[in-house]
Amino acid sequence: MSMIFGVPLAVLSGQLLIGFINGAFYALLSLGLAIIFGLLKIINFAHGAMYMLGALVTVVLFNTLGVNYWVALFLAPLLVGAFGVLIEYFLLRRIAGQDHIYSLLLTFGVALIIQGVLTNIYGVSGLRYAMPDMFKGGFKLDFMFLPYYRAWVIVVALLVCFGTWFVIEKTKLGAYLRAGTEDSQLMQGFGINVPLLVSLTYGFGVALAAFAGVLAAPIYSVTPGMGANTLIVVFAVVVIGGMGSIGGAIITGILMGVIEGLTKTFYPPASSAVIFLVMVVVLMFRPAGLFGKEA
Amino acid sequence: MSQSFDSSNVRKAILDQQKSQDRRKMLLNGVLLLLLLAAPFAMYPVFLMKILCFALFAVAFNLLFGFTGLLSFGHAAFLASGGYTTGYLLSNYSGLTTEMGIIAGTLVATLLGLAFALLSIRRQGIYFAMVTLALAQLVYFFFVQSAFTGGEDGMHGIPRGHLFGLIDLSDNMNMYYFVLTVFIACYLLVQRIVSSPYGQVLKAIKQNEPRAVSLGYNVDRYKTLAFVISAALAGLAGSMKSVVFQLASLNDAHWHMSGEVILMTLVGGMGTLLGPVIGATFVVNIEYQLSQGPLRDWVDPILGGIFVLTVLAFRSGIVGEIQKFMRKNLG
Repeated sequence: MSMIFGVPLAVLSGQLLIGFINGAFYALLSLGLAIIFGLLKIINFAHGAMYMLGALVTVVLFNTLGVNYWVALFLAPLLVGAFGVLIEYFLLRRIAGQDHIYSLLLTFGVALIIQGVLTNIYGVSGLRYAMPDMFKGGFKLDFMFLPYYRAWVIVVALLVCFGTWFVIEKTKLGAYLRAGTEDSQLMQGFGINVPLLVSLTYGFGVALAAFAGVLAAPIYSVTPGMGANTLIVVFAVVVIGGMGSIGGAIITGILMGVIEGLTKTFYPPASSAVIFLVMVVVLMFRPAGLFGKEA
Repeated sequence: MSQSFDSSNVRKAILDQQKSQDRRKMLLNGVLLLLLLAAPFAMYPVFLMKILCFALFAVAFNLLFGFTGLLSFGHAAFLASGGYTTGYLLSNYSGLTTEMGIIAGTLVATLLGLAFALLSIRRQGIYFAMVTLALAQLVYFFFVQSAFTGGEDGMHGIPRGHLFGLIDLSDNMNMYYFVLTVFIACYLLVQRIVSSPYGQVLKAIKQNEPRAVSLGYNVDRYKTLAFVISAALAGLAGSMKSVVFQLASLNDAHWHMSGEVILMTLVGGMGTLLGPVIGATFVVNIEYQLSQGPLRDWVDPILGGIFVLTVLAFRSGIVGEIQKFMRKNLG
């Protein structure tokens, strides 16, 4: 068997694949965070909880109503997005003029509530979601085995990321969004319904997280706590990438997933810490992040 | 216009008011001190020590959050590094007296605080919160992987030892009055810092950082020092906690703990001296009461609810609201 740096190629490519998939999740999550941050100027601490909700809703819909994967792929983000709009409307809006720190604390409280309540209902051990039949099996490449589902996750996550980037950077709706980021009062003066835009943006960012959750349901164990630790990693990804650009969030997310995968191959004990180490190095040399503008 | 208007009279009135406020404060502090001295005869001393340790933790955090305006989401790292260091030293070097172990733990937390500050201090607002959270997570993983912490099991059976090699701390009363002394000393220290010219600069930075810069203050250095002092006191709290409970565990390093100290400070009243103490007492009590009753599995969502409620309805916290009320009604 061929070896690279003393590691069998199959092992290396397997870990790279896992890294790539994790990276796709990081990209989706940090993209949602970046969009919400752009317009609302808050860090959505409930983002991990929304990711978890997406996965959990998928499982529960399947178990109780027999809703299949494809429907869940649309329905779960829609439901969670609507939930997000409610949170924005009833909670976040009340403290809109205050220091941004308060909205971070508010969403932190919301995350504690969601996670705590669901832990009491579903326990900590994790729910299982059966892989849809059509995804069983995989491609046999000569150096590795690529399960269909993992290939699908990578493709669809990249498509959604690219689509979001396209809408924000290239369309009129995206132009409103970017203008609202620059100066929401002036936008209001031009007759754009900024409060509605804010609600929908929060809902959309949260729906992206839920979408990642649906994708994660068949491959990770679904537990009420699954979002919390992922979120902190995503925070580090966001710091590394910088908050300035949508594209930066996507690229950094995937890059960090791959780096994590490589670390798992060559030095496993550091794999859970490596992203934070990268963050420290980036902070020392580029405090505003790789793609960020100095705030 | 009144003819009898006289600026010296006005000044005298202001001074009188100041004096009566000071007198009220002195009285309040005296009563609190008496209560704290008498408390272990009425309540379980270990529970009181738990409150004091968390109160010190919150006081330390408040110096940074309430007075300097920096929200650190990584203070658990200092609590844990203090606790683990002290626990490791006291468990493995029997020649060390307790206070030496505690001082060493505090020093380690101080150095860690300096490292955190150097990496994060130039970031603003929520960015700062995210960076400190991520750094603390790095420290958490370090503790998970390291052999000396006992990993998931934690560090057990840390000897309380003898203070200065003389006073036996395995006696709960001795331990309590030692913890109380350290707590009061730290509280007075923070009070002194906040009212000093240095503390005034910190408040200026909190209120308007660009103006503080334009007045010629090197704000990064002021903020770094505040961060390091805060980390040191948080480490001291962790060190004492590990001696009191003879236990140091991963719970102290988890981001959950960083969230809890924010809640204590916020509920009690950020930017007030007494607020974090009241907040810590409140949160520790609520957690204890809930854990005894039928709601024991609902501690997290209830804390989350308190978080949301505090942010939405009374941001100045218990002490802040009382101060507002007093100002309005008593002048």
